[in-house]
Parts: sequence; structure tokens; C-alpha cells
Amino acid sequence: MSLWRYANPVEFMRLSGRAMPALWALTAACLGAGLVWGFFFTPDDYRQGATVKIIYLHVPAALMAINAWIMMLVASLIWAVRRHHVSALAARAAAPVGATFTLVALVTGALWGQPMWGTWWAWDPRLTSFLILFVFYLGYMALWEAVEDPEKAADLTAALALVGSVFALLSRYAVLFWNQGLHQGASLSLDAEENVADVFYLPLLLSMAGFVLLFVTLVLLRTRTEIRLRRLRALELRAGRLAEEVA
Amino acid sequence: MPELGDYAGAVLGAYAASGLLIGLLVAHSVLRAGRVRRALRRAEAKQGRSHV
Repeated sequence: MSLWRYANPVEFMRLSGRAMPALWALTAACLGAGLVWGFFFTPDDYRQGATVKIIYLHVPAALMAINAWIMMLVASLIWAVRRHHVSALAARAAAPVGATFTLVALVTGALWGQPMWGTWWAWDPRLTSFLILFVFYLGYMALWEAVEDPEKAADLTAALALVGSVFALLSRYAVLFWNQGLHQGASLSLDAEENVADVFYLPLLLSMAGFVLLFVTLVLLRTRTEIRLRRLRALELRAGRLAEEVA
Repeated sequence: MPELGDYAGAVLGAYAASGLLIGLLVAHSVLRAGRVRRALRRAEAKQGRSHV
């Protein structure tokens, strides 16, 4: 059985329709549990005080802001190589979700930065690359809206996704090779010595799982909407042609 | 409610802003999905086809 059969819109709608209720429930459970645990039942940090509670929003949102763009890049490459319409529509569907997560990361970062760094904003490599990533998201969405021919729009946005991936990767790795910025190193790492303390780590993991699930759920929902919208336009076009023929 | 001290504004502001942004995104996605689904049903009913 090939994975590509899910690139068939009918098959995609059937499978995603079945998965949606469970995905909504899991998202609500993980996100709710992670945020409630983090907000109400974790202690203050010895240096950051109560502002440490912002990490349960900031870190998962920043993680998904970058990963959403990577997902859009992969979907765009599948479109460019195999011309599967569902993958192009999935990339389009992910953009507003990724843009929102990027904005959440920027806003929560500014709210945390003001009391900790003494400033809402600094032209730090990671912050700047995140702002550029947000502008790329806006540009990507605008390009989809601006080009009328869907295939041409998918081609152009695929090229933009490729260019924007530089900033998505820069956002992730800037802290590793640019040390002059204000932003601290990664809060989570595969190297256990660099991770935050367990008391913060577990609710953070739960919150991250919630954000991942929210992303998957919203992208599936929005992709289903895009598929329906395309079918609706095809029907309207056909009805218009019939009306013209009758007239 | 945990004791947030001097940082209450920053912490509550972060949760409120995130809740608002994510809430708007979810509401927009769900409402748009419903609107498009209903429009497609109507269009297909007109043309006598089953909906996707």
C-alpha cells in the first residue's frame, strides 16, 4: 500500500474526517493539561521568578513556528516534484497557523523580555530572524491570494517556501553560532545536561505535545476546507459554463 | 491563583494574548470550514452530486 494514495483528495477527506474528533480531543487534553499544570502547579524559577510560566507558551509556539515552515517546505517540494494538489493545499493551509504561532512566540517573548532583559525588543539574531520569518509568512499568504491561477500560485509559493526556509533554519540555529545576542541558548536539547529542571520540563513537554497536536488538527481542518473550496469553485465554474451554453 | 508578584502583568498578559490569538485562529478555521461545507452541499444539491 502506497503512502501516495492519501494524496488522492477523496482518500484524504475520508481518512482525515475519521481522525478529526480524536485529534480535537487529544489537543484539548494535552494543551489544557500542560498549560494548567505549568501555570498553577509549578514553582517560580530562582532567577526568572514567575515569568518562567511564560515558557509553556513561548517555547512550544516558537518550536511550531519553525516546524510549520519546514512542513510547508516539504509539502511544497512534494507539489513541485509530484504535482499532488493536496500537498500544495496543505502548505497553504499551514501558513496562517504558522504565522499565528510565530506571532505568539514574538508577543510572549517581548512580554518575558521586558522584565528580564529590561527591553521589549532587541535586534538580536534569533529575534530578528523570527521577525523576518513572520514577514515571510505574511508574504506567503499574500502570494496565494494575489495569484489567480492555483497551479501558478502553488509554484510561486513553493519557491518562496524554499527561500524562507533559510530564515526558519536560522531562527532555530542562530543561538548556536551567534553568541552576541540577548537570547539565551536552547531551553531543550537532546543533551540532557542542557535541559530545564524536571519540575518545568514535564509540563513543558505536555504543552509542546498540545501545540503539535493543535497544529496538526488545524492544518487538517484547513486543508479539508481548501479541498472543498476548490471543488466548490469547480462546480460554480461548470454551472456558469452550463448557464452560458443554455443562454 | 498562583502568586505572581511583580510579574503578574507580564505572565497574565502573555496568557491572555496567546489565548486571544489562538482562539481567533481556531474560531476562524472552524467557522470558515462550516461555511465552505454548507456552500458546497448547496452547490452539489443543485447539480445532483454527492459532496466530498
